[in-house]
Parts: sequence; C-alpha cells; structure tokens
Amino acid sequence: MESGALTPPARQEPRGDLDGCTARLRELLGRESVITDRQRVRTYECDGLASHRTVPAVVVLPENAEQVRAVVATCSAHGVPFVARGSGTGLSAGALPRSDGVLVVTSRMRRILELDVANERAVVEPGVVNLDVTRAAQPYGYYFAPDPSSQQVCSVGGNVAENSGGAHCLKHGFTVNHVLAVSVVTPDGQEVELGGHAREAPGYDLLGAFVGSEGTLGVVTSITVRLLRVPESVRTLLAGFPTTDDAGAAVSAIIAAGITPAAVEMMDALSISAAEQAVRCDYPEGAGAVLIVELDGPHAEVEHTFTEVSEHCVAHGAFEIRTAADERERALIWKGRKSAFAAVGRISRDYIVQDGVIPRTALPEVLRRIAELSASSGVRVANVFHAGDGNLHPLVLFDGSDPGETERAEEVSGAILDLCVEHGGSITGEHGVGADKVRYMGRMFTPEDLDTMQSLRCAFDPEGLCNPGKVFPTPRLCGETPGRRRGVHPLTEAGLAEQF
Amino acid sequence: MGTPAKETVPEELRRAAGEERVGRPGPADVVDGGAPRWVARADGTDSAAAILRVAAEHGMTVVPRGSGSKLDTGGPAAEVDLLLDLSAADEVLEHAAGDLVVRAQAGARLRDVQRVVARAGQQLSVSDPRPTATLGGVIATGTSGPCRQLYGGVRDLLLGLTVVRADGTVARSGGKVVKNVAGYDLGKLFTGSYGTLGVVTEAIFRLHPLAGERRWVAVRVPDPESAAEAARLFRVCQAAPSGVELDRPAGGEGITVCAELEGRVGATAHRAEELARSFERTLGTAAEVLTRAPEWWDELPHESGGTLLRLASAPADLGELVELIGRVEREHGVSLALRGAAGLGVLYGAVPAGVAPESVARLVEGVRAETGRLAGYTTVVHTPPRVKELVDVWGPVAAGVGELMRRTKERFDPEHRLAPGRFVGGL
Repeated sequence: MESGALTPPARQEPRGDLDGCTARLRELLGRESVITDRQRVRTYECDGLASHRTVPAVVVLPENAEQVRAVVATCSAHGVPFVARGSGTGLSAGALPRSDGVLVVTSRMRRILELDVANERAVVEPGVVNLDVTRAAQPYGYYFAPDPSSQQVCSVGGNVAENSGGAHCLKHGFTVNHVLAVSVVTPDGQEVELGGHAREAPGYDLLGAFVGSEGTLGVVTSITVRLLRVPESVRTLLAGFPTTDDAGAAVSAIIAAGITPAAVEMMDALSISAAEQAVRCDYPEGAGAVLIVELDGPHAEVEHTFTEVSEHCVAHGAFEIRTAADERERALIWKGRKSAFAAVGRISRDYIVQDGVIPRTALPEVLRRIAELSASSGVRVANVFHAGDGNLHPLVLFDGSDPGETERAEEVSGAILDLCVEHGGSITGEHGVGADKVRYMGRMFTPEDLDTMQSLRCAFDPEGLCNPGKVFPTPRLCGETPGRRRGVHPLTEAGLAEQF
Repeated sequence: MGTPAKETVPEELRRAAGEERVGRPGPADVVDGGAPRWVARADGTDSAAAILRVAAEHGMTVVPRGSGSKLDTGGPAAEVDLLLDLSAADEVLEHAAGDLVVRAQAGARLRDVQRVVARAGQQLSVSDPRPTATLGGVIATGTSGPCRQLYGGVRDLLLGLTVVRADGTVARSGGKVVKNVAGYDLGKLFTGSYGTLGVVTEAIFRLHPLAGERRWVAVRVPDPESAAEAARLFRVCQAAPSGVELDRPAGGEGITVCAELEGRVGATAHRAEELARSFERTLGTAAEVLTRAPEWWDELPHESGGTLLRLASAPADLGELVELIGRVEREHGVSLALRGAAGLGVLYGAVPAGVAPESVARLVEGVRAETGRLAGYTTVVHTPPRVKELVDVWGPVAAGVGELMRRTKERFDPEHRLAPGRFVGGL
C-alpha cells in the first residue's frame, strides 16, 4: 500500500452557504449529476496520494463547459470553495477535496472536440485521457508528447493543472510547452480563453502562468494541445553498470558530448530487485544500476548518436548493453522501469514516492548522502529517477504498522528534499505541491517570493475559493474587493490567515 | 504622473544607487521622443531594489532599460520620471555547463552570454538581431528568432527569474533546474510583460548543445499559396528543422521559404540533401542546400524611421495571411518587406520610412481588421511617436482576458507606476 504523510483528515470550518449552493446545483445539473450521498462521495476522498483524505460535501459531474461555468458561478455566489478533479491520479493531493466544498469531477467530459492536423493541434475536453489524444492523432502520424507514467488513465485537464512531465520531457518538454490554449472558468464564473489560434499573441502570458497552477486559478473546460510528429526513428538501449556512480558518469559524458536523448532513466540495485520480483524484467544480473537511454528524431541523426551513446556507456563501465531490435523489445526494456513504483509495494508494506530535483551533476553526491541517511536511520530507500534532468524519485520504504516507523520514514523523506534544496534543486519536479508539500514551500521560497506568486492568485481568485489550501503554506487574503465583504475577514478573526 | 519633491529625489537616488549612478538623461535615454527626468543605473538586484524603493516613496513612474535596443517598442510612454538603467548589471554569474544552465544579470548582452556558453559547446536557443540586446530585454519583450520553431520561445527556456516589484520587494520564482513545478511559474508571466509588472534583474536559462553542423534548404516560390505549402512541408517534415522562415522583399516578385537544419556533423548535411530532393519531388520546385544562412536570416526587415509590424495567423492560414497583406498593400499603395516565422505563422512586415503617419495608421487599422477575421492579430513593434498617437500599437484583446490582465496589473503594480501606458489595453 502506498502511503505518504499521515495527515489527520482535514476538517474545515464551513465556509459559505453550502445548502443553498447544493440546492441550486441540483436545479442546474439535475439530481443525478450532484452527489451528496455519504457512501458515494466517499469514493472521491483522495487522489493518487491516499495518505491525505477528506470527504467532499458535494460531488458534481458536469457534462460540458456550460455546466462547469454554472457550477463555478454558483459556488462563487454562495461563497463555497470548490476543487477540480480529473482522473484523480495526482501524487501530491492536489485534488484533495474540501469537507465544506464542492468537488468538480470532469470524468464525463471526455470528448476530443477537434483534431486539426493542418495546424498540428487537437482541442480536447479536460477529462480526456492523456493517451487517448495520442491514440486519436496516431493515424495521422502525430502524438501528444507529455507522457506521465499514469498516461493510460490520467486526464489532460490534470496534466494542465500539474504541468505534468514524464520520462520523455528531457527532450520534448512538459505540458506547458505543449498547450496552445485553454478555455477556463475563472473563480468568479466567467469563461475566458487564454492563448489562442495564432501564436505569440501580445498580452500577459496568462496561459503560461495558468498551466501548472494546480487548479488554484480556475477550472479548464477545453484544452488546445500541440501535436508532434511521430519521430522517424526511435532507438532504446539498456545498460548495466556496477554502481550508480558509473551510470551517472556515463550520463554526464552523454550530455557533455552534446547529445540530448529523448529519455535517460536510472534505477538502483534495490529498485531493480523489486522490479525483477514483480515483473521479471530480466535486467543484467548483478547490476548496481541500470540506465535506459532512448533517442528519437531523424533517422540519420539517431543512428549517428546511438553508436556514441553505447560507446560512452562502455567507457564508463557498462558491463552489458542491450539494444531493442523492435517495439516488443523496447517495451520489455521499459517494463521494469514502468513497474518500479508498484513493484516496490511487493518488498515493502508502505512507501513514500518522493519527487525532488537536483542539478544533474550533483547526482553522485546526493545519492551518497541519501545512502548515508538510509544507513543512519535504518529506513530503506530505493532510487528510481529521470537521470537526464536530475529528477529523483526516491522510494522511502517503511512498515506503517510498526510504531515510530512512519515518522522515521517521513523524516528521511523530508531530509531528502532538504538535500535537493541545498543543492540548488526543487522540492518537486513533476508531482506538484498540492496539499502534501505546502509545508516544504518555505524551504525553497521566501515569504516575499510566495507573496508575489499569490498576487497572481488574487488577480484570479480574490475570494480564495478555488482549490484553497494547495500550493501555498499561508493563504494570502487579497484585501477588500469593492462592494464585497466588510469588517474583519473571518479568517483573520479565526487566526487562520495573515492579512497583507 | 507622480509629483516628486524635486529637491530631495536626486539625493535619495544617489544614496540608493551610488554617487556616480544618478544623472540627467542623455540622447540614448529618450523613450518614444520624451526624455525621463532622471536616469539611475543599477548594477544588480540590490541596487535596483534600493532605487525602486525611493521611486515608490515618491510615486515616480519608472521605465526599466537594458541597452535600449527595444525602448521604442510599446504604447506611447507617459511622462517618465525615472529611467532605471540595468546595462551595468551585465554579469554572467554562473555557467553550469554539466547541467546546461546559465544564470546571468538582466543587463548581460545576449551575445556575451552566447560567447560564454559557446566555450563549452552550448547555446542559449534565443536570438535577437539587435546586436546589443540584453537578457532583460528579450524577456521583457518575449523576443526570439527563427530557432523558436524547434526550441520554443523565451518563455519555454527561462527556468528562473529574480524580479524587483514596484515597491522594491525582491522576489524569485523557478530555479536552476529544468524540471521544477514548485509554485507559480512567474517567468512565464513576466516574459513579454514589457516591464509593467516588475523589473527583471536576474535570469536562469536552460541551454542546448551547440549544433555541430548547420544547413539551410531554400526554395523560391511565386505566390502566397505555394509559399504556404512550402512552409507546411518544412514544418511537418521528419528532418525536424530548427527554423522555418519566409522572406519577401518589398515590391519583390517571389517569396523565399527556407528551413534551417542543425545536428551532428555528417548527419545534418545528409538530412538537408534528402529534404531538398523530397521537396523537389513533392513541390516540383528546385530546392537549394546552403552551407551558410541566407543574408536575411534572423534579421528584421527593418528600415530606420519606418514602422515594423507583427502579423500573425494560425500556421495553416499562412497563405491567407500573406494574401491579405497583399490586398492591404494594394489598397493603401504601400509595399511591405515581409519576413518571419513561416512555420509558426508569425511574420514581421516593414513599412518604409517616409509614409505619412496618417497613412501608416490607416494601413495598420486595415491589416488589423483583416488579420482579425483570420483569428490572428497585428501589432506595431516600433513606429515614429506620431503614429502611436493615431493608432493603438497593440490592438484589441478579448474582453475577459483584458479584464484578467488588468486585475493582474492591479495586483503587481497598483499605482500603475511601472512603464505606464506601454502595454496592451493601456496598462
């Protein structure tokens, strides 16, 4: 069972007129699309990070953009907080519901609205599954580049909220580099289009700021994504190394040679053995680390660089190199890597998936420090990571039934993030801050930095109704808005927020 | 705007910036034909913050400046109290070659940064034909060149940003790593914001390996329709060009469409030949492989004293875009030099100097109406001050988006002191 921070279920002081809001939502959407039954709403109490749970007061299942607009406008009018949710695969509790609020689930909005091959783009509803965009585009020789490991189930709306990456974002970039426009319902219930048909239009890049804002600036109702040509050539190799240091040195040599692989993934001995037990991926025996390197692009370039990559691996101690001859062999190479998280569940009752980032060159140093942390605390850590861009996914293993172990694992997990920040990295590379990492934001940013970010939030959501409690450790009150709210703000009175 | 107490301001600015760093404006400090009252030079984040705190106390309007190469871009400047000159903040602070990252001050010139990172065989995949362009300037204006076809624009390469806010507060976002989703990405918000939200003082960019070899494949076509088809073929070809550009000289007959390929030594030349041959088969037009960029490559079709426009449509509407520009030219009796990112559908059009301001303004309105019908846009990059009085250089934005921009500006600069009036919608 996967687990993370053991946070007591959040119980919020109710905000707004929930009953009035619910009644109005029923009128607007019909009873079957508005769920309040305790048993049924309970299934939405968490996203992919199950250690955070809050049962939402109301779940709504809108079917189109107009219904989303109506839902948000109704919540806004009644002062009720709302949270958007796609497939619920997020790993930072970014879609954690509010006990006093409405959860807006986009799973009924799964239409691909337009496939515009001439302009190399597609327009999709937020509930559309990531891989379905690629499936729809493939007959035309195109695909949607962001490939989070949950791509068979995660939604494009969720990708937009989290600015999702994936193994191949090393070369091709993140969701933000692949979204051309979004239709958004802002927290006051207005529908606006950010970005558009023509590129590089003048004005603030609100689209760029919106993607990755973790659902705190509004709810998306449609997304225009960029489609990429399916590359002419893809080559994949698997190399076994004696140690992670050797494998890391090979990665450095590849990058220093001016090669940008599509993906470079590394696994250490513990994660290899977990994957071996789970899926029999048959990785090189006795490897202290394996590297998966994938190249894509024009045929001539790929062939040329593939030979170089193999040479760099051999020069840095690879004792076995396998190259995929076809798609089946490629899938076999990826199988171990893709199953790694789940596989760890077989060797440990509970585990925390961490998501820190370091400058890639700090890899050997940080891995040594993680090993020291592990040794001194007695908490096992398996390492799986996107080696090309320094995005670590240490898996911190523990047994939650053992008294004190959860706390020890939490401590190791937090210490790993400290290591990342200390080396000039980040507390999250792709999973997001959500509710889970708000407590770490202060380690990376000053109050002034956070306050500046929240200035944007105030422009979009002055009432703080849109996915409150995520991203920022201290909610910022946005000051008086004309004609609204008088006197001391209730949150200030309750000592829950500072007034800036 | 503000009514600063004239006696004490220079003194306080000197205290904040340093004795030698505050003065009266020179000829290079003129913003849109108007001289600011004072010029203060900052050599880094701290002095910029100190200067902005003084400016805030006295309610002064401030326009930030790097080398001044794009100071004539934007709406007509209202009276400027203070020009904040960042050209002395020109250090490349850190080049982490192994991590493909560079950190530099905003006043650092793009060409200097390129020189530093090229030593390690790397490039910042941003270009600006203006030789003195600074990092701060390309961020503030969101300017890049042909290579954004492959690498994306400034916003896609910017990893971290340090800004000083209107009240002098220093704030950072992003960081030194490519993969980072902690907090809002203010780099995107500030890119192309023309100094209206805060003053950029430091930036961190991701780098790419310098190509070992480059080739250009060029075709000459007779009309907009075949130019669009050539651009489309380049755009979707498997050779993955780093740039797809078009050039049509003013009054000229033909259009040249050209793609840049870059990559490993040996492999790229081969790719270019293949592309040229396949082009000839598909289009029936001769395609030439060049070992050097055409002389117009990555240059603006600019004429001193003239007007430079940006005209855009969806990439697939390129043919209609060039077509409609032709119609407007005939209607107004003016011919434009056209050049730009054919692969993205974003072109520059140069109106020659000597066309009467009223005629330029009418032409802008005319072409703007037409691009609007294509769901595109027309903006004026630079033009004589007189034209700015006659026509909105930015053009309209959708009401809802305009409102969000206004609210954003309100939160970042509630007193409207930073580059007031220079941005979209008069912000």
